[in-house]
Amino acid sequence: MDIEKSILEAIRLAETTIPEDVYKHLKMAYSMEENEISKSQLQSILDNVEYAREKQLPICQDTGTQTFFVDVGFDFPFKKELVNSIVNAVSKATQNYYIRPNAVDPFSGKNPGNNVGRFIPYINWFLRDGDDATINVLPKGGGSENASALAMLKPGEGIKGIKKFVIDQLVRAGANPCPPTIIGLGIGGGSDLSLIIAKRALLRPLGQRHEEKRIADLELELLDLANKTGVGTMGWGGKVSVLDVHIEYAYRHPASLPVGMVIQCWADRRSKVHIDSKGNVEVVQ
Amino acid sequence: MIYNLKIPDDLDKISGLRMGDVLYITGKVFTARDEAHQLMLELHEKGEKLPFDPSKMVLYHCGPVVKRENNEWKVLAAGPTTSSRMDLFEKEVIEIYGVRIIVGKGGMGDRTSEALKKVKGIYATYTGGAGALAAKSFKKVLSVYYLEELGSPEAIWIFEAENFGPLIVSIDPDGKNWNKLSRDEMEKRKKEIFELIDHEGN
Repeated sequence: MDIEKSILEAIRLAETTIPEDVYKHLKMAYSMEENEISKSQLQSILDNVEYAREKQLPICQDTGTQTFFVDVGFDFPFKKELVNSIVNAVSKATQNYYIRPNAVDPFSGKNPGNNVGRFIPYINWFLRDGDDATINVLPKGGGSENASALAMLKPGEGIKGIKKFVIDQLVRAGANPCPPTIIGLGIGGGSDLSLIIAKRALLRPLGQRHEEKRIADLELELLDLANKTGVGTMGWGGKVSVLDVHIEYAYRHPASLPVGMVIQCWADRRSKVHIDSKGNVEVVQ
Repeated sequence: MIYNLKIPDDLDKISGLRMGDVLYITGKVFTARDEAHQLMLELHEKGEKLPFDPSKMVLYHCGPVVKRENNEWKVLAAGPTTSSRMDLFEKEVIEIYGVRIIVGKGGMGDRTSEALKKVKGIYATYTGGAGALAAKSFKKVLSVYYLEELGSPEAIWIFEAENFGPLIVSIDPDGKNWNKLSRDEMEKRKKEIFELIDHEGN
């Protein structure tokens, strides 16, 4: 399989098949939920996920903005091919009806029909040691993306300020980002970096904690607080509003405490392409 | 209560629905998102007629994934989009075109619920993200309008629906609005959570 074909397959896989960790968390949410309407919504969600997987259909009609987090080794030989392959795969995925034409000119609203335009598909590069590359595919829906937020807190507001910002934002978003959601939180860095690491934090499988205990503890504490808001599934109330909280952090300026918050809908679609230095590819979820 | 409604035949039954009722709809559904709402209002201003009658159909906030196959359109995924974006236009669309059933997700604001109250109409929600499942009930694409101008997500698609649901009534004909009630409750809970945060150790 060549690189372009494997990216195309990864897009198709992400759009039709929910990752196993997300499926498990949705089932857990269903068994925990006591609110009758929210439980019925979770039932529809599970039915939908199973039906889409069986028939290989898009889980959601909002197939998202095609977003790629690419981790590339310094010695990886096919860097240029990667860019072309991603753009071509996105265009082909649209032609094949795997994804809806979802990229429009911001001023005229004109839709070119292939999900390709200025800066789109969005590719975020991360350079590291090694001679291989991993492409993380993260189609990001509009409804949940609209609930993103940035807070430039005063350092004196501290961790309490971060917690309040998250809760306030969740309540403000209500049913709009399709709860039960997943929260990606980026703490520190600057305005831009906090949001990028927040989105990147969404790549981590649900239930997997940050490697540092202090961060892992904060994730669990925020998850508990978030589930006290009573948003419930699709805003109908109940015990489960958020499936997980993933935090990433960066060092900050002494005068700033940036907090980037990216909300992901329950349809947390992901897949990966791994390419070695010889050009062997593998698509995984 | 659970209701199976045929549209347009059962339009007179809508005024008896209550918040929390569950609906399954059979009949004609037209999709309209931001651009289609804007276009509908622009055409009215210019004095032009629409090529279909919105008052005889369900208005669905949706931008579907559709496939052209053997000269026919097939619906692959068609869940709801966030309805609150349409609060900007919905009052006028209801008043001008006599729409009485709206389906979407996430809830709508006071402006829309007041307009619905006047026409004894409802807003109901379908599970957000359940696009593949929703598409199953859209048996046929009857027509599509403004596809060239607006692109496929924003175009107006007319579907023949069979048992589209479960839909939950979120704004009822008395203007009772779950979105408003739940927001008040969440604000109350937020204050309690803030107190918890303020009183903890760090």
